[in-house]
Amino acid sequence: MSDLETNTAGAVEPEHEAAPGTTRRMVLNMGPQHPSTHGVLRIILELDGEIIRRAEPDIGFLHTGIEKQAEALNWQQVVTLTDRMDYLSNLGNNLAYALPVEKLLQIEIPPHAQWMRVMLTELSRISSHLVWLGTHALDLGAMTVFFYCFREREDILRIFEMFSGQRLMTSYIRIGGLALEPPRGWQQAVRTFNDALPSKIDEYEDLLNTNPIFLRRVQGVGQLGLDRLLALGVSGPMIRAAGLAWDIRKAEPYSSYEKFDFDVPVYQESDVWARYRVRIEEMRQSQRIVSQALEGMPGGPWKADAPKVVLPDREKMKTQMEALIYHFKIVTEGFSVPAGEAYVPTESPRGEIGFYVVSDGTAKPLRVFMRTPSFGNLQALPALFEGHLVADSVAALGSMDFVLGDVDR
Amino acid sequence: MQSEVPQSHPVLAALAAWDSQSFTSWSAALGETLIWVTPARIVFVCRYLRDEQGFERLSGLSAIDRYPLEPRFEVLYLLHSIARNIRLKIKVALPGADPVVPSVTPVWEGANWYEREAFDLFGVRFEGHPNLQRILLPENWEGHPLRRDFPVHGHKYSYQDE
Repeated sequence: MSDLETNTAGAVEPEHEAAPGTTRRMVLNMGPQHPSTHGVLRIILELDGEIIRRAEPDIGFLHTGIEKQAEALNWQQVVTLTDRMDYLSNLGNNLAYALPVEKLLQIEIPPHAQWMRVMLTELSRISSHLVWLGTHALDLGAMTVFFYCFREREDILRIFEMFSGQRLMTSYIRIGGLALEPPRGWQQAVRTFNDALPSKIDEYEDLLNTNPIFLRRVQGVGQLGLDRLLALGVSGPMIRAAGLAWDIRKAEPYSSYEKFDFDVPVYQESDVWARYRVRIEEMRQSQRIVSQALEGMPGGPWKADAPKVVLPDREKMKTQMEALIYHFKIVTEGFSVPAGEAYVPTESPRGEIGFYVVSDGTAKPLRVFMRTPSFGNLQALPALFEGHLVADSVAALGSMDFVLGDVDR
Repeated sequence: MQSEVPQSHPVLAALAAWDSQSFTSWSAALGETLIWVTPARIVFVCRYLRDEQGFERLSGLSAIDRYPLEPRFEVLYLLHSIARNIRLKIKVALPGADPVVPSVTPVWEGANWYEREAFDLFGVRFEGHPNLQRILLPENWEGHPLRRDFPVHGHKYSYQDE
C-alpha cells in the first residue's frame, strides 16, 4: 500500500513502501539545525544512492517580520532593523537603506561622511568575507582557517565598537550621515588592521590554495552557467565567478565609490573554486579601498546640513533655542519624508541589496521592500544540488554565501 | 499617452512602438522610470523586455498595499539590464477583493520565490505559478501579515499551542 503526502515545502514524497525488487529514493532532511547550513535552513533532499535527485529548501525559520515592523517605526528607527537582516555586514545594510531615503529627502551628504561610509562598508565587507571563508573552510575540514579568520575579524569588531559602541549591530550609518562623530584615534586603529591584512590573506591562501584535499573538494563542484544564474535572480560574487564583470559599485556608483580605484575580480569556471578566488580577491580590493580612504579622507562635517532631519550638535542643542526645538521635534515626532518611492541598489558582500522605500509623506514608511541578495541567491540551490553527490552539497552551499537573516527577514 | 514618451526614454519608446497598448501610463522621478501595465499584458511585456530590450534580470518582485485606497494592491517588478546598465520599474494595480495576476516565472525563473512571498505575505495570487504556497510562514498560518489591516503584533497573544 502506498500513500503520497505533501511535505511542508510542497514536494511530493515518494511512496513509503516500495514494491519488492524495486528501488525508491530516500528522503533526507538537512534540517534547520545543522552545522553546515549556515543558519536555520532546512533542505529536503531526495537521494538516489549518493546522487541528489531533488533538493527543496524550506525557509522561514528566521522570519521575524522586519518589513512589517519597519512600517511601525520612524524612518530613522528602521535603521536599527536593517542591521539585523544580513547580520554579517551590518553597515552595508544601513547604507543601502539610508540612500533611498536620502534620495527622497533630497539631502546632500558631505564628502567626509560619504568617505567614512565607504570605508566602514568595506570593513564590513572584509568582515563578512572572513566569516564566509572561515565557515566555508570549516565545513570542508580546515579548522585552522576558521580560527585565523575570526582572529582578524576580532580586530574589525573592535574598530566597530570604537565607532558606535557596538560590535555587530552598529546602526552607525544613519539617514543624514553617521550616528556619532568618529572617535579620536580611529585612524590608527584602522591603519594597524589594514596594513596587517594583506599578509593575513596570504596566510589563508597558503593554507588552502595548494592543499590537495581542498582543491579536490572545490574544483568542478557546484557549477552553473551564467544565463541560468541570471535567470534565477542570483547576484554578487557568484556572477563574477561565472565570467561577468558586474559590480554595482562600478556600474551604478553610490556614496563616492567612483572616487576610489579598485578592481573587480572575475573568473570563468563558475564553480566553488572560482567563487572562493573571487571573494579572496575582493578582500584584497576592499583593503585597497580602505587604504585609499585613510589616505585621502576629506575633512568636514560628518552629517548633512538638514536641520529638520539630522539632529543638531549637542552643544548647539543646549544653547540655542532653534536647535532645541528641532531636536525635540525630530526625536518625538520624527521627520517626515516627502511622498514618493525610491530604490538605490548597492553591492553587499552577497550581491545586490536595495531597499524600495515607499513614503506617503508621514513620519513612518508606508512600505519598505527589502531586496536582499541571499533570497535571490538561495533560489539557485536546487540547480546547484540536483544531479550531484550529496557530499558536494556542503561545498556548493558554502560557496553561495547566504545569510538566513537576509533570506527570511 | 504613449505618443508623449520622449526619446530620452528609449526603452519606453521601443515598448510603445512594439505595442501601443503595452503600458497604460508612465512616470519618471528621481532618475527612476515606472510604467503601469495591466494584468493581462504583464507576461507579454516582460517577455518582450527580456528578449528585445535586454532585461536579463528580474531584480525583485513584491507588492504594496494601499489599504484603504482602491485599487488596493500594486505588484511591483524591478527589472534590470546589466548589459545596458538600466533599470525599470513596472507596476500592476490589482483590486483588493480578488487580487490575481499572471505569474512571470516563464520569463524569469527567479520570480518563483518572490511571487510565493508576495502570496504568503499579501495574499496576491499568481496564475500559472508552479508551486504557489507559503514560503516564509507555516502553511497553517491564517492571514496575510504585510497587509495594512493586519496588526503588527499579530492576532493572537501566543502561537505556542499550535
